[in-house]
Amino acid sequence: MDSTIKKQLGKTAVNVRKGIIEGTFNAKSGHPGGSLSIADLLTYLYSVKMNVNPADPDMKERDRLVLSKGHTAPALYSVLAEKGFFPKDELKSLRHIGALLQGHPCIHIPGVDMSSGSLGQGISVACGMALAGKLDNADYKVYTILGDGEIEEGQVWEAAMFAAHYKLDNLLAVVDNNGLQIDGKISEVCSPEPITDKFAAFGWHVITMDAHDFESIEKAFDEAEKISGKPVVIVQKSVKGKGVSFMEDKCSWHGTAPNKEQYDQAMAELDARLEELK
Amino acid sequence: MADVIKKATRESYGEALKELAEECDKLVVLDADLAEATKTVMFKKAYPERFFDCGIAEANMMGVAAGLAASGKIPFASSFAMFAAGRAFEIVRNSIGYPHLNVKIGATHAGISVGEDGATHQCNEDIALMRTIPGMTIINPADGVEAKAAVKAAAAYEGPVYLRFGRLATPIFNDEATYKFEIGKGIELKSGTDVTIIATGLMVNESVEAAKMLEAEGISARVINIHTIKPLDRDIVCKAAKETGLIITAEEHSVIGGLGSAVAEAVSECCPVPVVKIGVNDEFGHSGPAADLLKEFGLCRENIAEKTKEAVKKFK
Ligand SMILES: Cc1ncc(C[n+]2csc(CCOP(=O)(O)OP(=O)(O)O)c2C)c(N)n1
Ligand SMILES: [Mg+2]
Repeated sequence: MDSTIKKQLGKTAVNVRKGIIEGTFNAKSGHPGGSLSIADLLTYLYSVKMNVNPADPDMKERDRLVLSKGHTAPALYSVLAEKGFFPKDELKSLRHIGALLQGHPCIHIPGVDMSSGSLGQGISVACGMALAGKLDNADYKVYTILGDGEIEEGQVWEAAMFAAHYKLDNLLAVVDNNGLQIDGKISEVCSPEPITDKFAAFGWHVITMDAHDFESIEKAFDEAEKISGKPVVIVQKSVKGKGVSFMEDKCSWHGTAPNKEQYDQAMAELDARLEELK
Repeated sequence: MADVIKKATRESYGEALKELAEECDKLVVLDADLAEATKTVMFKKAYPERFFDCGIAEANMMGVAAGLAASGKIPFASSFAMFAAGRAFEIVRNSIGYPHLNVKIGATHAGISVGEDGATHQCNEDIALMRTIPGMTIINPADGVEAKAAVKAAAAYEGPVYLRFGRLATPIFNDEATYKFEIGKGIELKSGTDVTIIATGLMVNESVEAAKMLEAEGISARVINIHTIKPLDRDIVCKAAKETGLIITAEEHSVIGGLGSAVAEAVSECCPVPVVKIGVNDEFGHSGPAADLLKEFGLCRENIAEKTKEAVKKFK
């Protein structure tokens, strides 16, 4: 990967993280942990991969993204704001009464392709979008991002079966394998593991990557590009809360907003990281 | 003014489960990755060997609960109302309702007062869904004291029960020392002759306060707490219809299919009088602080008083 591109992606990802902290801090609620673990992924998708147009959010030929793990909306909103779908200032009124940015993704927000928040449903909707793409001979791609706890929902596996059966190779799912859900470690709550073997058994092409290394991310997406005749899943090994030291790998930061002191510390850490990337 | 103690009914749910565990060895608790939020975590910590996390898989959880009940256990299955009644509806209907199994569904975070999470999580339809299942008992407690009593009554009762709890801390107005709970029995909290306000859940306290406001304006409003929406206490409802000639219903739920509908159905058969429903109108909620949303959606004492005044003017 070209080093200037890598640096640029790194900077954007830090800014996306800052937006996540800004949003959840001002909302006094929301889900920073699982938002931070997909900040690099969303940055890569929206900066490199996806054909989207902030001036025409509903553009017919655009690539689509369904955030199946909808509680991590702050990450999606932050990346959409970076892209220019709406002013960054909107992040400050996340979850406020009358605000554009709802607690969970809402299809009426510019750049958001599907409402979500009830876990397990997004991947089915992504299947429908991919199927429509096939029917229309359109060449857009459909991306969907799932939590590793979310895949405990039976509906996810119904969708997995469907996608393989209908050879939806225009569908790419990413499972954010941060190892944590609300009640604890996924391996201890009601284990969905082994994740890669399950998808393989369902007829998917399975790729793994390091969620916080753009070289690894690029390699995984390059491989995905070459697959035809079956859906692809990338299982990304990630750290919940990545990028804010005290939030990393902590269940307690799943659905808790930072207070003022924590906000200041998080922002200072992220600003320091930006400085490094200068 | 005396200090008002506030407590979320979900807290009382967690406490009641823990208290019940000793006397009821058949009790088991299931959750779907929300133990911290539903408060079953209190039980989990005290009785880990009788607590089973099903992961984020509500449909399966309800089926497992059915199997446990069919084998002599008394399972309490918990999640947010949206997922317990919504996601798992058909499993609840066919695997719990139809075989009339002894499953207790502990559904928390019901209604608009979920707040910031927004429309996807604000379940205003659960009472409507559950009412359509034959033999399902539905209890929507009004405060922490009633919630605890309801959980204990549900455990003692044989058959499926849907218990509805809130996320928001609300005033405790019942006296734990004297409070008596009976499934299916409404409670008259205030007498009145001009109109009756029939309320459930967090709208009960709001209705009592509204009645006080109305009193000051010369309107005598009776207030009835309907904690058990099914089976409905038709006697207390029909008596109110006969004696006051006008009914207002108040609930933190859609005006379609909930308490208001149940009351209107009963009144239309026993003593047809006007029934004015206060609840969430036919629309989705949105994000915001719970207190602001309750005001915005008219689920507050001021709106109850206002709507009641209008109805009295119009119909009496
Ligand atoms: C159907 C459904 N059940 C429960 C919830 C409540 N909930 C929100 S996030 C979450 C845990 C998600 O864990 P995971 O998928 O691993 O997400 P991440 O770690 O990426 O935040 C739960 C149980 C929900 N939103 N939808
Ligand atoms: Mg996770």
